[in-house]
Amino acid sequence: MRRFALLLSFALLAGLLVQASPAAAQATDWQQVNIPPLPAFHPQVPKRVVLPNGMVIFLQEDHELPLIDGIARIRGGSRSEPADKTGLIDMYSDVWRTGGTKTQTGDQLDDYLEIRAAKVETSGTADSTTISFSCLKADFDDVFKVFDDVLRTPEFRNDKLELVQRQYFDAISRRNDDVDEIVGRESAKLAYGAQNPYARVAEYKTVAAVTRQDLVDWHHSHVNPNNIILGIVGDFDSAALEAKLRQTYGAWPKGPALKPETIEFTPAKPGFYLVEKDDVNQSSISMVGVGIRRDNPDYYAVRVFNEAFGGGFSSRLFRTIRTEKGLAYSVGGGIGTAFDHPGMVRLGMGTKSATTLESIQALDEQIDDVATHPITEAEIKLAKDAILNSFIFNLDSPDKILRERMAYEFYGYPQDYLEKFRIGVDKVTPADVARAASKYLHKDKLAVLVVGNSGEFDKPLSSLGPVTNIDITIPPPPGEQPEPPAKPGQ
Amino acid sequence: MKHRALKLVALLLALSAVAVAQDLAAFEKRITVKKLDNGLTVVICERPGAPVFSFSTHVDAGSVQDPMGQTGLAHMFEHMAFKGTDKIGTTDYAAEKVALAKVETAYAAYIEERDQRVGRDEQKLKDLQKAWQDDIADAQKYVKPNEFPQILESNGAEDMNASTSEDQTEYHYSFTENRLELWAYLESERFMHPVMREFYKERNVVIEERRMRIDSNPVGRLVEQFTAAAFQAHPYHRPGVGWISDLNTFSATDAQNFFDKYYVPSNMVVAVAGDVKAAEALPIIEEYFGRIPARPQPDERTTNEPPQNSERRVILYDRAQPLYLEGYHRPDYRDKDDNVYDAIADLMSNGRTSRLYRALVRDKKIAAYSAGFTGLPGHKYPHLFAFYAVPLPGHTPQEMADAIHVEIDRLKKEDISDEELKMIRTRAKANLLRGLDDNEGLASDLALYQARYDDWRELFHQVENLDKVSKADIRRVANQTFVPTNRTVGIIETVAPPPAAAGQNGGGQ
Repeated sequence: MRRFALLLSFALLAGLLVQASPAAAQATDWQQVNIPPLPAFHPQVPKRVVLPNGMVIFLQEDHELPLIDGIARIRGGSRSEPADKTGLIDMYSDVWRTGGTKTQTGDQLDDYLEIRAAKVETSGTADSTTISFSCLKADFDDVFKVFDDVLRTPEFRNDKLELVQRQYFDAISRRNDDVDEIVGRESAKLAYGAQNPYARVAEYKTVAAVTRQDLVDWHHSHVNPNNIILGIVGDFDSAALEAKLRQTYGAWPKGPALKPETIEFTPAKPGFYLVEKDDVNQSSISMVGVGIRRDNPDYYAVRVFNEAFGGGFSSRLFRTIRTEKGLAYSVGGGIGTAFDHPGMVRLGMGTKSATTLESIQALDEQIDDVATHPITEAEIKLAKDAILNSFIFNLDSPDKILRERMAYEFYGYPQDYLEKFRIGVDKVTPADVARAASKYLHKDKLAVLVVGNSGEFDKPLSSLGPVTNIDITIPPPPGEQPEPPAKPGQ
Repeated sequence: MKHRALKLVALLLALSAVAVAQDLAAFEKRITVKKLDNGLTVVICERPGAPVFSFSTHVDAGSVQDPMGQTGLAHMFEHMAFKGTDKIGTTDYAAEKVALAKVETAYAAYIEERDQRVGRDEQKLKDLQKAWQDDIADAQKYVKPNEFPQILESNGAEDMNASTSEDQTEYHYSFTENRLELWAYLESERFMHPVMREFYKERNVVIEERRMRIDSNPVGRLVEQFTAAAFQAHPYHRPGVGWISDLNTFSATDAQNFFDKYYVPSNMVVAVAGDVKAAEALPIIEEYFGRIPARPQPDERTTNEPPQNSERRVILYDRAQPLYLEGYHRPDYRDKDDNVYDAIADLMSNGRTSRLYRALVRDKKIAAYSAGFTGLPGHKYPHLFAFYAVPLPGHTPQEMADAIHVEIDRLKKEDISDEELKMIRTRAKANLLRGLDDNEGLASDLALYQARYDDWRELFHQVENLDKVSKADIRRVANQTFVPTNRTVGIIETVAPPPAAAGQNGGGQ
């Protein structure tokens, strides 16, 4: 113990010496380079305010630049939209802003904001919608007024719904042009089930089914103060802004509570799945299954495993598939995690058509190898060092801290979750990692998707096992003839 | 003390909307520039806050400098810069060096036979290939794979990466501030003693990158052909990732030669931004980067692209949905009208108030998206100002061309409005301001502007210069640039797949 203390003080001294006189201590080997202790860092946390109507507000002062940014996150997203109106939230979260307010069209808002170089924008995801603003401090009152108008009195004008529907039709027509898009979409369907709300995709029919009334109804049932977490960061005085927000939102009546979701995850049968794409010379391979939630006690071990197995340059997948075999530019993956639903297990890579089967087998070998050659103590040290030594980049700016805190609030995680994460990772042992890997990663449980030009594969995919062909033909818009079949006789 | 100065400026800014001059004044106090004796320029930006810093190593050489027959070499070297040094990534460098030299000799013999135009001996070729592969296997014995990036990762490097463009090569990551010396050591070693180990395997990785970005991507396929058509003399006509035959030919020796010629200190700028003090950081940086030996500045002259005198068209008949792209030659970034092009790009393309969005997307309802931008495929040499549009289903590339040309004609014939001019200026200033609170972006911008203009202040001056752009300038530049004989058109025309396109190796039923 005393020895340790002595060493530590020597290290501190050496650090000072190096800074005072670097010429005296030039390193000739990286291990000789002195790394002084990092000064204590206590990042500023935002002030949390809860209004009586349930609205949660975070205020994070940051006076570096004369700017103010904010975002409101509202519970409810595309996972709750009706399946026959898939795409509703994407369209809602566009027209919410572009459709204007009671008093101004969206185009008028565009002109008003752009001349101030300000933004008010809306967006949507699987579990929430957001409305954000960004402005110069001097314009805050003007811009906040627009933000509040869009938040509470949007008009959802029909011309903008038609515009976004046209754009959506275009996106559907193009969705098979890009390999990555096909892989992302079909991987989610295989991992979660084609009708799962995180995986299902909009079609011409479901987009056409969405009406202005649907948008209005969604807004009224979701945009209520008890569903909102508002965060603001920038050059303001918290006390004054809190008073303003209390005045603005204090009297806003509560809305009904949202029903809790029950979502089923029905992964595809393990095996091989092929999307034929004959205008590419590289196959995209994606092995998928169901992952875990972040509140799973195995989460920390899984994070360490992922880093060691398929994370960065040091990981097993990168080293074997890319560096040693030269089979891929992009390769990686692991046991996916998410806050409130299982993430996706996914290993992915791109390789030339003629090494497709070789690559699938190489990935399989890596999965098997985890059981026969468990992640070593040294690999675990590297992985933990990578996570812990870069930990500070989770909180190196006031807005990052704000975003983290808002996320924990949204998903019901403790506000000191990040610190718990750091401690949790620190405690992970090789046995924990081995247990987590054997629990969540099995090659026999994965669906293997290949998007590629099978005529150029090294061997038939069927030589590995039964293959299911996935037909990605796009169903035509309602009332239009289907496309002539690309492959007559099938 | 410096922080207080910044706050004062912030207050001034708030009072006078955005004024770039004050902002620049505040930055002057936080920035230290030093040219080392070997010619390498160091820029340090003090940004007190979390105990971290970011850096950018900017090398003023990119794919344009690829030698003839060796396209893709600048990018290839960038990959090799992660392979370690004579001390990192090896178990025994003395032995490895000998083994790597053997690989090169064997490879040269193999390539010479492979490329015989007449009388190639297939058996000899096979033997030479095997000899080369055996030498590779021998050299591999000394490799500690990925040790260099592993050291960075285990020390917590954040966002470690690099990029090669036509104009430059850039390396970056972020570290905690107590690792400044470790960074200075590793980053300088990397550019003093790079070792071309595992070169031929990494070349396969790069070929996969080409397959991903270009061969298997319709937009990649179009842009490669489009750029090759638009430039006929200047190296901009070549793809940065390289033509496949060059990728299958160039050697580790070629990559080493490229490094020796272009990675010279006077051709490099290293910028650091973060919670550092120049008084403490500069001596450390100077100590380590000062070790890189001075070498002569490379000759970077290239063939000038002659004036275009006829329209060129590239039509890609493809399975993908249609796309329209057109480009017009313009002068390089040092041209007096550079800011006028920036103003035009902003006016035509920035957001829902932009002219192309309002005309093609909102009013004519023919496109899902449309924009114009400058800098294709680079900025350093005369390049293209391009427009593109994504037609909605049922609309053709020709309709995109017609609608874009209507908007171009408006630029030529009518002055833009006062509101539009104000919008362009305000936006540029606000965007500049928004970029100042990010170490990574700052390091990258400061290195870029210092390299391009020999003065990082141009980052601010360029925005100020927008205030001098007049309505007449926009009409004049539009009239001189956007003319049919100066135009190259790229189109994706959608064709149905051939009927017997189904693969034979799927095996599925």
